[in-house]
Amino acid sequence: MRRRAAAVAVPLALVAAVLSAYAAAPIPTDDASIVHALCRLGFGPRPGDVERVRSMGLTTWIERQLDASRIDDAATEQALAPLGTLTMSIAALQKEYPRPPAREKSADPQMAPRAMYDRPPPEKRPIRIVAELQAARLVRAIESERQLQEVMVDFWFNHFNVHAAKGEVKWYVTAYERDVIRPNALGRFGDLLRGTARHPAMLFYLDNWLSTRPDFTVRSGPNRGNRAGLNENYARELMELHTLGVDGGYTQKDVTEVARAFTGWTIDRPRDAAHFAFRPARHDGGDKTVLGLRLAAGGGQDDGERVLTLLLRHPATAKHVATKLVRRFVADEPPPALVERVAASFRATHGDVKAMLRTIVASPEFWASDARRAKIKKPFEYVASAVRALGGHVDARAAARLARSVAEMGEPLYGAQPPTGYPDRAEAWVNAGALLARMNFALALTQRRLPGVTLDLAPLAAERTAPDTALDRVLVALLHNDVTAQTRAVLTAQLADPEIRRQTPDDRGPADTDLEKLTALVLGSPEFQRR
Amino acid sequence: MTAMLTRRALLKSGACALAATAAAPRFLLRAAAAAEPRRKVLVAVFQRGAVDGLNMIVPYGDRDYTAARRSIAIRPPRSGDPGAVVDLDGFFGLHPALGLLEPLWRLGALAVVHACGSPHATRSHFDAQDYMESGTPGVKSTPDGWLSRAAQTRPTPASPLHAVALGPTLPRILRGDAGAISMASLDNFDVRATAQTAGARQGFESLYEQGVQDLLHGTGRETFEAVRMLKRANATSLAPTNGAQYPRSRLGESLRQVAQLIRADVGLEIAFTDAGGWDTHVGQGAEQGQLAARLRDFGASLTAFAQDLGDRMGDVVVFTMSEFGRTVAENGNRGTDHGHATAMLLFGGGVRGGRVYGRWPGLARERLYEGRDLAVTTDFRALFAEVAGRQLGIANPATLFPGWAGAPPLGVLA
Repeated sequence: MRRRAAAVAVPLALVAAVLSAYAAAPIPTDDASIVHALCRLGFGPRPGDVERVRSMGLTTWIERQLDASRIDDAATEQALAPLGTLTMSIAALQKEYPRPPAREKSADPQMAPRAMYDRPPPEKRPIRIVAELQAARLVRAIESERQLQEVMVDFWFNHFNVHAAKGEVKWYVTAYERDVIRPNALGRFGDLLRGTARHPAMLFYLDNWLSTRPDFTVRSGPNRGNRAGLNENYARELMELHTLGVDGGYTQKDVTEVARAFTGWTIDRPRDAAHFAFRPARHDGGDKTVLGLRLAAGGGQDDGERVLTLLLRHPATAKHVATKLVRRFVADEPPPALVERVAASFRATHGDVKAMLRTIVASPEFWASDARRAKIKKPFEYVASAVRALGGHVDARAAARLARSVAEMGEPLYGAQPPTGYPDRAEAWVNAGALLARMNFALALTQRRLPGVTLDLAPLAAERTAPDTALDRVLVALLHNDVTAQTRAVLTAQLADPEIRRQTPDDRGPADTDLEKLTALVLGSPEFQRR
Repeated sequence: MTAMLTRRALLKSGACALAATAAAPRFLLRAAAAAEPRRKVLVAVFQRGAVDGLNMIVPYGDRDYTAARRSIAIRPPRSGDPGAVVDLDGFFGLHPALGLLEPLWRLGALAVVHACGSPHATRSHFDAQDYMESGTPGVKSTPDGWLSRAAQTRPTPASPLHAVALGPTLPRILRGDAGAISMASLDNFDVRATAQTAGARQGFESLYEQGVQDLLHGTGRETFEAVRMLKRANATSLAPTNGAQYPRSRLGESLRQVAQLIRADVGLEIAFTDAGGWDTHVGQGAEQGQLAARLRDFGASLTAFAQDLGDRMGDVVVFTMSEFGRTVAENGNRGTDHGHATAMLLFGGGVRGGRVYGRWPGLARERLYEGRDLAVTTDFRALFAEVAGRQLGIANPATLFPGWAGAPPLGVLA
């Protein structure tokens, strides 16, 4: 606690400098800019959001979002209450959701009937942990008032990706997101880096927990007598993905040296409480040189800590992180001048996430007309924004169903196998199959074929007058009337189509049918794929 | 990027103008298909994560192989030993989990190119896959993938299903102006409207028909053309033939559906699919274990595909790739780290199989790339150019790989 207070006091001058730059570029106040902010800094507007932000002021709303912990979010917490695994410890999760009994090595690959009996019921299987995490992400994206925090949780989880399906990670990933990613999502990059480096989820996912000095012999446990050695998986991704970037100027030799520095960083009792542990016996005590920095022999755990500090202070790290943030918030091809300014904020504040975000929202690039709707929504963003736009609410079970829709569009949450996480560029998400999946989701959603998702279409249907009135309402509600003439013309033509306006078997009037279909068409339109 | 979209926009608006008038283009297409019923098909399979080429196609005859791999080396061939290498030519052999492929080898339909890979030194999965798919090692700005460029050399009008990737996303290798289609499965490739929303497909289609020429609209238009074509061909009703049994894995399912597209004569020329799980840093295993399980699926999927297509394989070439290989020596965790060269497989009509192609650089320490990895003696571009050139009839396939001067053919395709 005391350390944190001191850390805040020192860079105040720097923060002030950044803030003054922030004040220098005034935040626009028009409704279109409010919509832009709600789409970029959150998961899109709900009905009434634009009015609410307008009355409090966009600048105030952004500042509140940056100070997420002070936003009351009790309703979201309540919606999350049925997801019991979210608050459980790693040890408790391993006990409650045990690994299936190991099959006999010589047994037929088809599971024997006997083993089927021994399998725990579905609600006791480890897969449940990941399903609850996925549901929680959807609940939060849709319901939470802390929208920017949720955007940043998604961003940092992808930056420091772990794959839940790899081995033990499924028992660790809840704690990883809860204890490392979420509390620091709007905090300091260094806390994220150090937190992930020593978390069992990362140690396991990138194999560092097994990396030892050459010819180390395991002394106890099931692998007793096995000889181990260096594993460079974490060392490489640490530099390529977490810090310097692939063109950050490191060599294969640096990878090997960093791997040596992290030998002995492992997991204590991996099948129980699974804590970080440094095991001196596994550590390569020789001297090392990383990116020109000499680590004298005998550094022990400090070798790894010093590597992290070195990487944190390296200008390539500031640039790499800045590039990814600008890509998320501004454009697939990040404007270099803005990247440089965000990197400068990183360097000036030692990686303060809020400072970097302030630089972005204070930039003309963020508000530029060619940045509006320049980004294609990822599936997760698309699903959350569609439910929000229709004033929808979800319970935990519905959220789990929505997570399956997100997976069908190509983004199973916690399911990115490569350490890159999910990409943040249009080409990755725009393709035939995924587009159809989005349209099918729009139909299922508006026809209420997704149990547990409650929508509020009433405001759209308030006046059952001429069809074009309904169209106007839908376009205002879902696209804030920012729609091309072509789209409007197509939708108008659809309304005039007798096939579309016919009576439905369940006796609902044509207006309802029109409304559902119209809403689905708008959610599936090119405009709604963008944010 | 801009150039790519502009060119794509031109192509697409042209195609659209035709589509708007009548069913003319599809009629033409069918006529074209009838005139040339046995279209050549190229099927690419990407082993993502860097397969250990040394344990997939084992150089058991290299005296340094076994010594480098204390716990994961595969035993040399010995009759009656099911855990030993399946001999191919007295020097190389198949991992025992790939035993199903042996008959294809004996028939001369299966070839191997060993010590194949990228001239670029990167050991980053992401970059190496990117280079292998763009076809431009070391150049990240290449806007499109090389299979997309290959597809564009084909005469038009092409079928909306001329280039298809099985999977939830369109891979880099097929991104570009070719209008390639991706689908997670054939079965779900349509708008699923109910009675209440009948006509929704038409509505969505109209939304993407006009308007700005961008990636989103272009993809939308291609999507609906493909949906109609697929529906008409009724490809999903085709059950595997010749007793082929596909594994129920992602690769098995993908190849089963590629075979459906080929047999349904929808005009498929290029198909792509991938399989992950090759990044075996820990506990790779030897004749059993992690890699063996992946290879078993790989071999069974490829074998089922060949069996399913039967005679039709005469028009089809399947080739495999992986972004790099793995370290010659096993690491401290009975696995292997990121390496350099690997092995790639080819089979199908016109493949001069029963042979391992490429110069073998050897596994002695002084012969290794950077002292640790199998050296690359065949640039992947040489192999890909030959495969695409021969199979798709591209006169100068080196042009698919900008910045590359070309190389003499390996002679792997007749």
